[in-house]
Amino acid sequence: MWSLYGKMQVSCSSLKLILYYNFMDTISIKIDNKNFQVEKGTTILDAAKSVGINIPTLCYMHLHDLNTTHNPTGCRICVVEVVGRKNLALACATECLPGMEIKNQTIRVLNSRKTILELILSDHPTDCLICAKNGDCDLQSMAQQMGIREIHYKGEQSHYIKDTSPAIKRDMDKCIGCRRCLTMCNDVQTVGALSAINRGFMSVVAPAFQMNLEDSVCTYCGQCVAVCPTAALTEVDHTNLVIRALADPTKTVVVQTAPAVRVALGEEFGYEPGTIVTGKMTAALKDMGFDYVFDTDFAADLTIMEEATELLDRLTRYINGDTTVKLPLLTSCCPACVNFFEHQFPEMKDIPSTARSPQQMFGAIAKTYFADKLGIKRENMVVVSIMPCLAKKYECSRDEFKTNGNPDVDYVLSTRELSRLIKQASIDFDSLIPLEFDHPMGESSGAGVIFGTTGGVIEAAVRTAYETFTKQKLDKVDFKQLRGMDWIRESTIDFNGTPIKIGIAHGLGNARKLLQEIREGKSQYHAIEIMACPGGCIGGGGQPLHHGDSNILLARQKALYAADKAKVIRKSHENPSIQKLYTEFLERPMSEKAHQLLHTHYFDRSTHVEITKD
Amino acid sequence: MSNRYRKNLLVCNGSSCQQASDADLVAFINFKLKEYNLEDGIKVVQSVCSNKCSIGPNIIVYPDNVEYSKVTKSDIDDIIIEHLLNERIVERLVFDKENGNGVAPIKQYRIALRNCGFIDPEEIKDYIEKDGYDALAKCLSKYTPEEVTQEVIKSGLRGRGGGGFPTGLKWEITSKSVSDQKYVVCNADEGDPGAFMDRSVLEGDPHSVLEAMAICGYCIGANKGIIYVRAEYPLAVKRLKIAINQAKEYGLLGKNIFGTGFEFTITIKYGAGAFICGEETALIHSMEGFLGEPTLKPPFPSVSGYLKKPTNVNNVETFANIPAIINKGADWYASIGTEKSKGTKVFALAGKINNVGLIEVPMGITLREIIYDIGGGIVNGKKFKAVQTGGPSGGCLTEKHLDLPIDFDSLTAAGSMMGSGGMIVMDEDDCMVSMARFYLEFIVEESCGKCAPCRIGNKRLHEMLTKLCDGKGTMEDLDLLRNLSVVVKDTSLCGLGQTSPNPILSTMANFYDEYYAHVAEHRCPSGQCKSFMLYYISEENCIGCLVCARKCPVGAISGEKKKLHIINQELCTKCGVCMEKCKFHAVHLN
Repeated sequence: MWSLYGKMQVSCSSLKLILYYNFMDTISIKIDNKNFQVEKGTTILDAAKSVGINIPTLCYMHLHDLNTTHNPTGCRICVVEVVGRKNLALACATECLPGMEIKNQTIRVLNSRKTILELILSDHPTDCLICAKNGDCDLQSMAQQMGIREIHYKGEQSHYIKDTSPAIKRDMDKCIGCRRCLTMCNDVQTVGALSAINRGFMSVVAPAFQMNLEDSVCTYCGQCVAVCPTAALTEVDHTNLVIRALADPTKTVVVQTAPAVRVALGEEFGYEPGTIVTGKMTAALKDMGFDYVFDTDFAADLTIMEEATELLDRLTRYINGDTTVKLPLLTSCCPACVNFFEHQFPEMKDIPSTARSPQQMFGAIAKTYFADKLGIKRENMVVVSIMPCLAKKYECSRDEFKTNGNPDVDYVLSTRELSRLIKQASIDFDSLIPLEFDHPMGESSGAGVIFGTTGGVIEAAVRTAYETFTKQKLDKVDFKQLRGMDWIRESTIDFNGTPIKIGIAHGLGNARKLLQEIREGKSQYHAIEIMACPGGCIGGGGQPLHHGDSNILLARQKALYAADKAKVIRKSHENPSIQKLYTEFLERPMSEKAHQLLHTHYFDRSTHVEITKD
Repeated sequence: MSNRYRKNLLVCNGSSCQQASDADLVAFINFKLKEYNLEDGIKVVQSVCSNKCSIGPNIIVYPDNVEYSKVTKSDIDDIIIEHLLNERIVERLVFDKENGNGVAPIKQYRIALRNCGFIDPEEIKDYIEKDGYDALAKCLSKYTPEEVTQEVIKSGLRGRGGGGFPTGLKWEITSKSVSDQKYVVCNADEGDPGAFMDRSVLEGDPHSVLEAMAICGYCIGANKGIIYVRAEYPLAVKRLKIAINQAKEYGLLGKNIFGTGFEFTITIKYGAGAFICGEETALIHSMEGFLGEPTLKPPFPSVSGYLKKPTNVNNVETFANIPAIINKGADWYASIGTEKSKGTKVFALAGKINNVGLIEVPMGITLREIIYDIGGGIVNGKKFKAVQTGGPSGGCLTEKHLDLPIDFDSLTAAGSMMGSGGMIVMDEDDCMVSMARFYLEFIVEESCGKCAPCRIGNKRLHEMLTKLCDGKGTMEDLDLLRNLSVVVKDTSLCGLGQTSPNPILSTMANFYDEYYAHVAEHRCPSGQCKSFMLYYISEENCIGCLVCARKCPVGAISGEKKKLHIINQELCTKCGVCMEKCKFHAVHLN
């Protein structure tokens, strides 16, 4: 599924495909005595894939849209025989040459693969039945595919201290050394929290000096978890805590669901990527006994009210000649992005908007405004979030978001965890009758929906900021120039004569580039949006695994824009529930109450390691 | 040797001599010289192995060329008073060339080691006196880079680090890579157990390496050289630093060398002593500050190496040959050795052999000549069993290979390899299963852990060999051992894993009966594996004196006075104390 061709066939029109084949430089090779024409310059693995031959591998990963190929050549499962070579060749790293004769099915090849797999299994716990990845584990499927019934090579197993952070759990006993997480953490996200340490049998991936993930520069973006083939890296599971809360009659359990969840959850139940399952999801949550099923999109609209006001405030002051104003304003919805700049760009911690993320705004309003309405104490309310994200688990545990030790948001479930919970509850997802969100915190505008994709937050902000700034009605709300999947995008929006320059980046590696440019004064923006995960929340670390297939991300993105289009209200400030919230409770954006409940501040969390020479 | 001093004392710095000394001889001699007020006229130099380890510590006095052996602290006064002050040779310490158990340099031919032990490595003038930097001058002034490269190709020199890749060809490939910056890297990360060829060259003749690197830089178009040397070689590092500084002072390194406009500088990078960093891609990653792990070739360093620039990596011994080749000509060099392996090779001779130490011999010499003529035969006249060449990556050669002319290809054909030149001789008392286990233990320790077959496979191989040595092996284990060895060799990422099963495969091929005996007959034919030893007390001889029971360190012997004693086999650690202490020969060993 990682093959370039697989993607080509789906994403290109047939005409384009024909053109592509015509211009393509091909060479002929032989695989298992059959002749094939393959693209020049491809590896044996990709070439074989293009002609329908799947060579097994455990470590290779071709994230074509991230411009990243990960072939550390470590698992050695993809070995094939190349006629004329002494040793077996690696399919993932050996380039096809004209006339190359490849043998994929000889006893030598099969025996080697099976032996290596047995070796890997001999150093892997066999607790599959109770493993978090049971049924979704690459190693397990490989063992099944190869028909492993006995591990001939038994011996000592490597053991490491298990490390649990607020969001990510590391159980390196289950690490098979594929190093995909390393590529994500260092090459794609440029966070640098993980590296290979130790030697030989005890070599393993860990933060520097074997420190805990919590003490490292980890942003909890969860991209490592998303690519881990086994259960070495998993999310911290909150499902049991949620079940306990649901079973407690003294608790009122309120749930919010993030926009990116509704376009991905279906995949866990066999639906096509991009299927919108909002109603079914709401119904499932109701069935499980959540007292109120609300929408994070409501809080997203609230975020826009505050963020757009803050942007306009800064802009106006800037236009009026105030030189102390910090521009650009950076959106602050992404908790991994917040962690990223707190660790790596602490000197820029005054550029992000002080507005809390939608999740935290929701929690703050639920445990004040809504709890008051219900007439219950905040201690008796449990707020659960369903998020595409693992960093949200950490975000809700931050001290700034607690009142007398009671967090605004109690538990965060990833999309994957929600699907497990639904399956656990024996709910037949297929036959669920779609339900609407509850009121008042279930009402949202289209602007809140597109928060789930890269470019969405800034588009939502522009829709509101434009009308407030120009005092004119915005008729065309679709800002196509802000959309897409390009890593770093920039665009200038005309605010009725005032050009507003906007920058967008997704993936922390690109965020770094953008932030560096801003720091060095190379780029001048008024507002920027950064999402830590490739694609934005739709590609979050808690989403159903996309295995590097960007088509899945594109389908999810398309679905979000469709959901936006289907909404009657498409601007945050037009959401009547939001208007009511301000009238009844918050007075106005940036009011004192709003500051107290909806805004936050950031910390310098950079660590300095001093290296003394000689 | 430096004639600026009245006399030079060369004290061997080889590990054997150091171990055999009862003191830090160099420091002690310097201390004594001060006492006698001789420190101005006499120079003490830490020297390199002269293949007389068995009679070490060795000291040579120049210019008299007198060799003293088995020198202890108490002999130093004699040497100073008699020899240095009164010019009388201390006969009782003199190494007897005719009858001594040391070695006459027969059948040896020194090219790489030509200056080692004959010059003061900390004095550039000594090197220059021995035609040092002549080769560089010749290259820069008379030849084009292509001509020099062709000369090296013609000489037939092959990489001495283990792979045996033609050096000239490597230079040619690197010279053809187009780049704004290229590098010459000297691989001085010598890691084979017991091997110290490169250390000796660096400690004994550092300038020959610097000169060769500059020549290489001239050929490939590089102006920067880097020596990757393990920090465990402090003396080598010190001498390299001195040599680099002296060469700079003399204008032999730096800008505009010999007024030709050619620029070449050399820096040193330290390795932390990981065996894997001797592999060139791992070495380059280590130099770049990354994890010392290999990556797949291609791309070869000649195309994309240090900092992604074309890099020519050669080993110390390879470089040490270059000035001699340029000075004496490719034809001269090509006249030495065999058809496909030219020149000489330095070996570190070790194990159950009379004359251990460093030797340099022409390619094509037979094992028999090395072991019996140079090595002086097996210790205590025991029977020769096997010789392990190429360190942990090599294999063992047996009696049938004794007359095999040694070169790169013949060793590979015989299931072993040249490697960097370790040569460990084993006699009839050595267990081959145990020997294979020793090497695998080393490999498990030194594997980087990047690829699965090497990381887990070698661990399992070691575990299986341990099981065999412990007497717990089954016939199935032998099959598994062979299969796994073949797979690890066939599928590992780099040279380390691709050769690590060689000790197993070659001993299985040549000594399968020993493996079989460990499993099927439950015995270790050479008696080395302790778990097969069984101490028992015979009824006839035991008088019940309780001596053995009292002496047993683990309390494994039970019995009452005047009654037969019994050894609890579960507890027995086979130390043999009971047998030693029993006056009545009642304890037996099967």
